[in-house]
Amino acid sequence: MVDAGVPVTPARDLQPLPAPLPDAGPLLRLENVVKHFPIKRGIFFKRQVGRVQAVEGVSLEVRRGETVGLVGETGCGKSTLARCITRLHPLTAGRVVFDGVDITQLSASQLRPYRRRMQMIFQDPFGSLNPRRRVGSIIGDPLAIHGIADGPERKRQVQELMEVVGLNPEHYNRFPSEFSGGQRQRIGVARALALRPSLIVCDEPVSALDVSVQAQIINLLEDLQGEFGLTYVFIAHDLAVVEHVSDRVAVMYLGKIVEMAETAELFGSPRHPYTAALLSASMVADPEKARSSHRVVLYGDVPSPINPPSGCRFHTRCPKAQPLCSVEEPPLRVQPGDPGGHLTACHFPVAPGERLVGAEPAISAAVTEYVASSPGAEEGTP
Amino acid sequence: MSLLSVRDLTVSFPTSDGVVRAVRGLSFDVEAGQTLGIVGETGSGKSVSALSLLGLNPGADVSGSAVFEGKELLSLRPEQLREVRGAEIAMIFQDPLSSLHPYYRVGWQICEAIRTHRRASRAEAMRQAVELLRLVSIPQPERRVQAFPHELSGGMRQRAMIAMALALRPKLLIADEPTTALDATVQAQLMELLGGMQRELGMAMIVITHDLGLVATVADSVLVMYAGRGAERADYRTIFHSPHHPYTRGLLASIPGAAGSGGRLVPIVGQPPSLIRIPSGCAFHPRCPFAMDVCVRDQPAFVPVSGGEGHLSACWLPPDAVGVDPASDGARRRFVEGRRGPAIARLRSAISGARAGGGVANG
Repeated sequence: MVDAGVPVTPARDLQPLPAPLPDAGPLLRLENVVKHFPIKRGIFFKRQVGRVQAVEGVSLEVRRGETVGLVGETGCGKSTLARCITRLHPLTAGRVVFDGVDITQLSASQLRPYRRRMQMIFQDPFGSLNPRRRVGSIIGDPLAIHGIADGPERKRQVQELMEVVGLNPEHYNRFPSEFSGGQRQRIGVARALALRPSLIVCDEPVSALDVSVQAQIINLLEDLQGEFGLTYVFIAHDLAVVEHVSDRVAVMYLGKIVEMAETAELFGSPRHPYTAALLSASMVADPEKARSSHRVVLYGDVPSPINPPSGCRFHTRCPKAQPLCSVEEPPLRVQPGDPGGHLTACHFPVAPGERLVGAEPAISAAVTEYVASSPGAEEGTP
Repeated sequence: MSLLSVRDLTVSFPTSDGVVRAVRGLSFDVEAGQTLGIVGETGSGKSVSALSLLGLNPGADVSGSAVFEGKELLSLRPEQLREVRGAEIAMIFQDPLSSLHPYYRVGWQICEAIRTHRRASRAEAMRQAVELLRLVSIPQPERRVQAFPHELSGGMRQRAMIAMALALRPKLLIADEPTTALDATVQAQLMELLGGMQRELGMAMIVITHDLGLVATVADSVLVMYAGRGAERADYRTIFHSPHHPYTRGLLASIPGAAGSGGRLVPIVGQPPSLIRIPSGCAFHPRCPFAMDVCVRDQPAFVPVSGGEGHLSACWLPPDAVGVDPASDGARRRFVEGRRGPAIARLRSAISGARAGGGVANG
């Protein structure tokens, strides 16, 4: 995953963590995580009238030192899941086991030592940094909160972190507004790194950046992973970025994982029709691939997570849906012929080489019809 | 003759911090029925140039020439321009929520567009609006014409915008980041819709985007912009396989999955320049791995290079320095050796002294 092409600035005090024990088990285990948000009505007596089923029973293991990519579209619950992992949201049900310890029910003070070891990097480098505080104190905050370093020692450590992420340590006293988007994202990375965490949850870390700057941050994250033995949960909607950084990828749809596999396996032979459609819809920056690929166009929008479809949640848009799909929910399991780590939740998985066909007539047919019917808008045409 | 022919377009905005020179002498052509992709990063001037063509940049100083079907757009009076806008050249924007009026129902807004340019009764226009919404695959169009923009999802809003833009069957559609805010599967729906419309109506398109994937998928020819100027222009194959300009080359190397990239990404160092203080000579020289002394001094002209027919590039490298493979990079490197003198040395020491650029640590 990480190659040593361009080394990061060698850190003096930030020693790499000791190598994990080989049989120490996964760093993070999610067991049937459920997160619902209540919808309330009324002023005095707030009645619950419904619930948004943002995450509905997700189980996932993240091994030490690997990068797990989470992909899915807006509203699929990937960011909510990220916040459940770091306990920024309390869970509705299920367990989060971090390094062998169930942290689901821990109180805020009990949670603190674990918080040190799991950090987040956010999407918006403008919204996630307090504009009225200096960069030095933003990055130094975690050190202060956890009582790790004070005074000149804190400043020394912060400047070292700035150097590690490629910022000029002399800019210690500047405000976030004096930095560009890419540099601000480096500030966010430095802050996440301050406590030398084991796990960093990256929620769309490069989506808000310019193309030429994205690669700088991706490379930085890869270098840091190698140097500090970090484990990443990497959330992004850009499939090419996820394919590039991840060892394994989980695809989410409406709060559930529908498919999970090693990166090459998932991108090479997707089994879930949603994964296949998602992959075919992504536009790669390679004209031959982009134009030759058979695009599976899905119709309609993602259904509401307040009232998700019965059975398999994808059945309303699935080109392969059968009557069974609306009745019985398919379990996430290894499909016949797939390697052990490749799980798919589908009754009728896509066979290798199978071509999916859109569920409705192609849009272009509708266009042809419209033009032929010519509703009189064609005034003044020669 | 080209449908639209833009020559030496210059747009600047006077501000209290200085003059923002957003577009600095841009020339391009759009052929009837073809798609031109304009690629660039934030602040490259790609959106500003399109808005200027339609007189949508109040307060800007615009000069140059833009001839659309024999009409000089830049010298039309506002009421003449209003006739062109919408009817002959339509535009869709990145954020459909802010380009649809929040107080008015979607159907009303489409009717307004139709009735501004065509003689049609209210009922007739509304019937067309329903038809158009059905055409862009909005479910239950009879109900949705009565919806307010906030009641529609992002994808549906963008489809409503497309419906409005296509209501008058324009000859040219300018799509400014049409799919940026949308999910991949919705992007695919919209691009299929636009492609179908284009084939049937013989409409030309300008697709403005930072997404090289979108360009690779839909564009016939591509214009790469940097700091308000055209850096490179060619058909889509040439741009991806035989680029000449180091900026294009750099973009391709920094994008996962791009043609010609493999293994570790190679970012472009630094960040795009401020348009108030644009670097001397070639604006890309502070970030360019092949910068020579001449690049710091003189601005290169937009001249033919050898990647293919109609391939233009604004770079001092020799015309045959095209390609994305290591051999072509080697040739570029050999060429610049011996052409880097005191100017580049000064640049290097300035960078290592200040270390201000975000990407310098990686370079």
